[in-house]
Amino acid sequence: MPSKEGRDVLISYSYMILDIITSGLINGSVYALLAIGFSLIFGAARIVNLAHTAFYMVASYCIYYGTHKMGIHPVLAMLVAIILITLIGLVCYKVFINPIREHEAAVLIATIALAMAMQEIMLLIFTGDFRSVPSLVAGYLEIIGVKIAYQQLLTICVALLILAGVWALLKKTRLGLAIRSTADDREVANLMGMNESRVAMITMGVSVGLAGFAGAVVVPLAVVNPHMWMHPLIMMLAVVVLGGLGSLKGSFIGAYILGFAESLVVFLIPLGAFLKGSVALCIMIMVLVIRPEGLFGVAFEEER
Amino acid sequence: MKKTSFLLSILLAAFLLMAVSPAAWGAKVIKIGVIGPMNFVQGRGHWAGATMAAEEINARGGLWVGKKQMKVELVQADSNEFLSVTDATNAMELLLTRNKVDFIVGGFRTEAVLAMQDMAMDYKKIFLGCGAASDEICTRVAEDYNTYKYWFRQTPINSTNLGKTSFIHVGTVGAIMKKYLNIPKIKAAVVAEKAQWTEGISKVSPAVLSKMGMEVVGVWRPSQVATDVTAELSAIQRSGAHIIFNWFSASVGITFARQAGELKIPAMRVGINVEAQKDGFWVATQGMGNYEMTLNTYARGVEVNELTAPFMNRYIERFSETPTYNAGTYDAIIYNLAPVIEEAETLDADKIVAIMENREFAVPSGKIAYTKDAQGRHLHDIKWGPGYQTALGVQWQDGELKGVWPNRWKAAEGAPEITYKGIVPYKIAPWIIEKYKQ
Repeated sequence: MPSKEGRDVLISYSYMILDIITSGLINGSVYALLAIGFSLIFGAARIVNLAHTAFYMVASYCIYYGTHKMGIHPVLAMLVAIILITLIGLVCYKVFINPIREHEAAVLIATIALAMAMQEIMLLIFTGDFRSVPSLVAGYLEIIGVKIAYQQLLTICVALLILAGVWALLKKTRLGLAIRSTADDREVANLMGMNESRVAMITMGVSVGLAGFAGAVVVPLAVVNPHMWMHPLIMMLAVVVLGGLGSLKGSFIGAYILGFAESLVVFLIPLGAFLKGSVALCIMIMVLVIRPEGLFGVAFEEER
Repeated sequence: MKKTSFLLSILLAAFLLMAVSPAAWGAKVIKIGVIGPMNFVQGRGHWAGATMAAEEINARGGLWVGKKQMKVELVQADSNEFLSVTDATNAMELLLTRNKVDFIVGGFRTEAVLAMQDMAMDYKKIFLGCGAASDEICTRVAEDYNTYKYWFRQTPINSTNLGKTSFIHVGTVGAIMKKYLNIPKIKAAVVAEKAQWTEGISKVSPAVLSKMGMEVVGVWRPSQVATDVTAELSAIQRSGAHIIFNWFSASVGITFARQAGELKIPAMRVGINVEAQKDGFWVATQGMGNYEMTLNTYARGVEVNELTAPFMNRYIERFSETPTYNAGTYDAIIYNLAPVIEEAETLDADKIVAIMENREFAVPSGKIAYTKDAQGRHLHDIKWGPGYQTALGVQWQDGELKGVWPNRWKAAEGAPEITYKGIVPYKIAPWIIEKYKQ
């Protein structure tokens, strides 16, 4: 039978573990949504879309505009934003990315320029003021003394549902099969009669749509501003590199590893809470030193 | 021949046009550069304050510079200093070389202001700072007077005094909680965003708060742009803190207030939260920022002196928002530059500096006097204390930003009590009362 002091320490640790789990799950789910969208288009079309998180930022602004300026219900605003951002993504693909698709460096530069342009446009329209969107569900749940906002729980659930939906799309549908085949080998997929270019475009739509979903689930928890795409971009790149470029499974697991790493830092080193991003990136570097292809990536030699 | 005459006529017409163009009127206009991050609230405040001042001066015909009456022309420069110090220095370069301004007002971020200050000093242009609080900007004047004498701080009070005032605020809140909730010893959590301006305060806070009789339960340093601070809040709640002494200037101030309100963390938040100084804070936190207390310069309904209400009313009527302290560009032009130019009867910077550094004058936020350091050297920093600049303590109370400090404040033992007109009592959040009254 532990002493009272011992029991207090045990209780305090269990609180902390619950906190870490909640916080890690939220971070991880958002990173997973972003990273899987990014990995999808990279895997299927070898497009490194650095504007991916900028689409997430624009989606957040669309939701803000819908709820605050047009007065529509947040859920409806989210659905409209996801559709709108998918269409914008497809237009961007057709106009800016498709013509230079075969030149990877050019795509890299074009997409970062696109992201900067989106940032400046949002800055011009909405200024640099910080904005927010109301929570879909107010209040919080208290589990053994740990407070978890309902909105956070909703975010985790919706994110996991969307991820399950993406998994079903990829594994259970003909489109998913086409995307996976193209990701495996573009040339062979082409020879087998698949319209690789069309698959790439549809994948771009799904990918940007996922960025829109990420914006929708995060926006009630986040502060909307024109620069909100930068930190997630770094984390998303870290996740996909950690998981293995183009590997969806790797992105999913990598996202939760980094999400939990961030939470651990905040709880274990309060004075170094600002280091959470850096620690996550250090984990990525360590993994790469040991396994350059990432956790679930294909070795570069093998790929060549 | 006919063609030559035609060309000559065109040239003559062009010369005549140039002669009557605004550039030629330049001699009759005082150009004031207004520099700030114009896409952000701070820059908008700079511009709004300066616009109001220029309109008032020009409505009365301009400023008398000796026997010549000159109108004021404002030149806007977007420093974009939140994102790039280089953009800020480029904007300053344009003001100095292309626009050839006579004076400069504005600036916000210390890192950018330090660089812009150097440039203005090179051109011997008077630069009135209306944003950066760092002490260093003014200690430069004392250390190298001949180079930096053209710099003056207009607003806010410097970092040291901001810290001093914030400790007074936290002490006040601690005393109120102690008295009304019967808490024998107040526990405080220090939360300071990771930024240059909070380095000192995060180090000294535990010692100072301990000296004030509080128990410090920990120091947390979230990122300036953290989008989730529930982890920090959970840890703070578990520590049993009654007060969160927070220091925020960026978006984390909104995230922190919103999540703390959403989770009903049983600790009152007090300190500096720049976002909470703005009208938009209530909407940005979806009302969850209720009971947040922060240091501020202005509050609706609070009158520091006879100039406050007229200024506030005109500003709110003109711009439909409460001024932030960056609107101190108004004071810089109307109460500082304008009378000094008229007194000096010249735009000569050296003559203006000589008058400016020895003046005492009232502005809507108090009285301004320029200080000297311990060795008697000019700092061109503004004096803090009763009768001068004290700043305010403001609290969000059900959607309104109310002034709550100074309320019967005694600056020293035996000193008279100070309460500004319009100050209301501080409120403790109901869930905290409920928790500690039990």
